[in-house]
Amino acid sequence: MGPSGDTIPANREHEFGEIPGSATGRGIAPITALGGRAPVNLDLSGHKSRGMQERIVGVLLWICGALSLLTTAGIIFVLFQQAFVFFQQIPITDFLFGTTWTALFKTPLYGVLPLVSGTLMITLIAMLVAIPLGLMSAIYLSEYAPNRAREILKPALELLAGIPTIVYGFFAVTFIRPDILVKIFPGIGPFSALSAGVAVGILTIPLVASLSEDSMRAVPRALREGGYALGATKLEVSWQIVVPAAISGIIASFILAMSRAVGETMIVALAAGSKAQLTGNPLEPMQTMTGFIVQAFSGDMVVGTPPYLSLFAVGLLLFFITLALNLISQKVVGRFREAYE
Amino acid sequence: MNSAIEQVGTPNAAADVDVIVSIRDLNVFYGKFHAVGNVSFDVPKNQITALIGPSGCGKSTVLRCINRMNDLIPEARVEGRIEYHETDINSSNVDPVEVRRHVGMVFQKPNPFPKSIYENISWGAQINGHKGNYDELVERCLRQAALWDEVKDKLQESGLALSGGQQQRLCIARTLAINPDVILMDEPCSALDPISTLRIEDLMRELERQYTIVIVTHNMQQAARVSDQTVFFSLGENRMGVLVEASQTRQLFTNPNDQRTEDYITGRFG
Ligand SMILES: Nc1ncnc2c1ncn2[C@@H]1O[C@H](COP(=O)(O)OP(=O)(O)O)[C@@H](O)[C@H]1O
Ligand SMILES: [Mg+2]
Repeated sequence: MGPSGDTIPANREHEFGEIPGSATGRGIAPITALGGRAPVNLDLSGHKSRGMQERIVGVLLWICGALSLLTTAGIIFVLFQQAFVFFQQIPITDFLFGTTWTALFKTPLYGVLPLVSGTLMITLIAMLVAIPLGLMSAIYLSEYAPNRAREILKPALELLAGIPTIVYGFFAVTFIRPDILVKIFPGIGPFSALSAGVAVGILTIPLVASLSEDSMRAVPRALREGGYALGATKLEVSWQIVVPAAISGIIASFILAMSRAVGETMIVALAAGSKAQLTGNPLEPMQTMTGFIVQAFSGDMVVGTPPYLSLFAVGLLLFFITLALNLISQKVVGRFREAYE
Repeated sequence: MNSAIEQVGTPNAAADVDVIVSIRDLNVFYGKFHAVGNVSFDVPKNQITALIGPSGCGKSTVLRCINRMNDLIPEARVEGRIEYHETDINSSNVDPVEVRRHVGMVFQKPNPFPKSIYENISWGAQINGHKGNYDELVERCLRQAALWDEVKDKLQESGLALSGGQQQRLCIARTLAINPDVILMDEPCSALDPISTLRIEDLMRELERQYTIVIVTHNMQQAARVSDQTVFFSLGENRMGVLVEASQTRQLFTNPNDQRTEDYITGRFG
């Protein structure tokens, strides 16, 4: 190493500036660029139009950013405002803790618990499908698959995520229930939380698999080698070294899948039925929060009436649930992230 | 020029030395690239063997053959015989997992698991089916690796929270926990400061009584300080790594047989 930048007398800077890539040369590069090489009459002011262009692009980008933020704020504002009107007519405690939801009936009751339990049941079933299968696919793709197989399977998996959810919905009604579930649970009706939940689960497998795989691939190779060097098998390295090391990303993928399942609409509208009931039996039809919103919109509704306003209350609750899930996921990622190096 | 083969045996000519690993006509390819050509040498039991030579001459590659780590690199192909206690570890009925349970490895960059210090050590023993008391095992390995006093009060903290030198000793401790015969070390001190380096060198001399150590180092002083035997590699034609000389360390550094060795140790490269 040569002398450090600060100890070089100013009038000798240019000599060191000529040493390409040397530690000294790099250390004082900003000074030598002007003092050593630049001809006296060098014009660095650039094209006049470039500054203008940059400014216009900057403003445009700012507008786009502001617009998306404003839209979000606007949606939340409307939700809150209409929900507020709703809660002036129906006490919020009746809404949150009531056990009967008959919003579209002649004598309506607005207890949201059946919708919440329907949502949770279907999400639970979906996660029971998506977490094991998604994680297993991720482990296969990240640890076991030869490069060639991964190059084909990963995009295929992501393609699966692009199938419109309505297709999963009628897949649930026309295939999953009659061809699979009926054989295992003969008592299952045409519409049930189970067949909707299974379809939502299949829908979210690619999400879990793809995000988990990304975080497993990010685990340094050196950790795997450390495991193998102790005489571990591939299974032991995958499950006991790679998965724990990637756990923050894996859990985040679970929570994102959950938040996707909570908000999923078309599948539940088609396959879960439209009976809002508080039951623990997954073979029964159930209505979810999103399912109710779809049903309400497909019937007649008078603007400003409680049934209409209840849509906003349900929407607001849905918003809070997914918001909470996303916040938890961020927390988890921060909490479990291991700093390598 | 002396061929590699003729050099073999010289260091082990003394009758009192047991050979634990014997390498014959080792050739390694990465795809079409012939990385190491016709390497043969013996590793004497309970001694430290140093592999030295310029960067890229295949030292790590040879080392990784001894515990079949190159199996993990899809494009790598290994030819030749490597006998460990007279069993050819490359033969088809040998399970590389079993080989690695006898031949442990410490890497260039410390790579503790993102687990607690305790688990870093217990994990290897556990997957190897260790039946005894784990607390005792952890303490013994940490003591052997000269790390116990520094970490005994924080065994549940993450291994990643340790300093680089401590991490490397943790990696040595975790290797000791599987009770290997041979420990391979690939430039274990290159990422460490001089004080940590000296501690690890002391540790190697300590471990030599119980284990056989093969160490790759680019630091010739280190090879001279710690090793009993030194194997010198150089770059041959087409950037293929070849073995130039394998001798007792003192002889190799004071009176090398090969001109290339002499040029290298006196600092005249090429
Ligand atoms: N995984 C790999 N794939 C392809 N070439 C490799 C790989 N590992 C090492 N090599 C090449 O093999 C040669 C020997 O490498 P290495 O054994 O790491 O040398 P050394 O440890 O002596 O520096 C080098 O030319 C290197 O580029
Ligand atoms: Mg190397």
